[in-house]
Amino acid sequence: MSDVVIVDYGAGNLRSVARAVAHAGVEAIVSSEARAVAQAKALIVPGVGAAADTMANLRSGGLDGPIRDYIASGKPFLGVCMGLQALFDVSEEGGTHECLGVLPGRIVRFPLGLTVPHIGWNTVELVREHPVFDGIPSGSYFYFVHSYHPAPTDESAVIGETEYGVRFPAVMGEGNLIATQFHPEKSSEAGLRFYANFLRLACERGSIAPPETAATGASGA
Amino acid sequence: MLTKRIIPCFDVDNGRVVKGISFVELRDAGDPVELAASYSNGGADELVFLDITASSDNRTSVYDMIARTADQIFVPLTVGGGIRTTHDVRMMLEMGADKISVNTSAVENPELIGEGAHRFGSQCIVVAVDAKRIGNEDRWEIYTHGGRTPTGIDAVEWAREAVDRGAGELLVTSMDTDGHQTGYDLPMLRSISDRVEVPVIASGGAGKPEHLYDALTEGGADAVLAASIFHFGTYDISTLKQYLSERGIPMRPPDPHTASDSGSGNGSGSETHGDRTSSEAESEGGDA
Repeated sequence: MSDVVIVDYGAGNLRSVARAVAHAGVEAIVSSEARAVAQAKALIVPGVGAAADTMANLRSGGLDGPIRDYIASGKPFLGVCMGLQALFDVSEEGGTHECLGVLPGRIVRFPLGLTVPHIGWNTVELVREHPVFDGIPSGSYFYFVHSYHPAPTDESAVIGETEYGVRFPAVMGEGNLIATQFHPEKSSEAGLRFYANFLRLACERGSIAPPETAATGASGA
Repeated sequence: MLTKRIIPCFDVDNGRVVKGISFVELRDAGDPVELAASYSNGGADELVFLDITASSDNRTSVYDMIARTADQIFVPLTVGGGIRTTHDVRMMLEMGADKISVNTSAVENPELIGEGAHRFGSQCIVVAVDAKRIGNEDRWEIYTHGGRTPTGIDAVEWAREAVDRGAGELLVTSMDTDGHQTGYDLPMLRSISDRVEVPVIASGGAGKPEHLYDALTEGGADAVLAASIFHFGTYDISTLKQYLSERGIPMRPPDPHTASDSGSGNGSGSETHGDRTSSEAESEGGDA
């Protein structure tokens, strides 16, 4: 059984994420099982879709608690797009929806007057160094598609920011947790590098076995 | 800064990429999987597949083709053609599509837009607006079934309704200009982009770099889709991006390792991933 688990909660671009992980030489499993989440040594929560459905699916699948517990355990965690938004206290998408409460703050809509969704390639300015951006310069382009964005109450976990009408956090990172509003699996070379870095970090922490190829640039093996 | 997007489009008929003029007179343009990888490496910001054999029964081969394509590329992929139910949407997303595009099925069953947006998010529901100018007026009529069926529906009104129902993007194609390479229908683009707050993808008529520029400025489009201009080797994407970038349109620079490689292979060999430091030198027009 693979150590890298991609959480399947009923809506998500799972195949793309699995392909990006495979590109880094690591085989992941896609699972909707709470037990797989608990046993994972690196966990990825991807996601597209609406916040209310995401949370409803996570709860009805019995995954919300296990994901929270997993993050608390200190093992490497990556959230992508909805997988970032779900980490906050509350999302304002289509009402007010309680989320996982791992990161303090809310998910709010872009201001009126902008073309929304924010779709396309935009730059991410790094405001803090983080090894998941090794070899990825500040100002690199990533692919975004979303109508809501994080508004954290604690700015200390903001790693990267993007400008679209407002300046919003595009990357959050804290301890073992990293989460992006953009889709690295759709962001060509920079995105593949990002996944490779995440998996290399997981490997360096001894959490997962080394990748099968040198694609990550990792020296360990 | 958010960039404008260049989106090569593949009309796929029985597993081959084809290109027609005003939706007929199809010519062969190549293998979809190979073309997708090549364009993706050449700097395409997204790719669109429109399965124009969609009314046929062989969906399995379409799914297989989408899956093989999605496995090759790491930029967004939109798939249209023959998507009639939320089950079809889900199947395409599972195969690796990021968005689906609907035209006929959305006109016949507008609830599909809302259902799809509710279940999978607005971001993955693209409504394709295929329209033809009515006489010499600045009005356009929606056509369905691959341009064969006039509906009497006003294109601008329908675009507005589609967005109200949950469409996250509009793919606006002029049947008058499609395949002619004489420029996009700018008045139609502008009429629609002025009425909606979601991104508009211009389609139909690209033949020269200035056509793309006009669609992104005068037409108010957020992205430009083209087929003939790429498939028959008239321009490559990096040339177009440079042209637009020099004229002040924000463009994503090509990936450092694959920028000039729009012809062959996928360049994803593991040994090419060690040195990415050259990318700082890529900002030709991005940081003015």
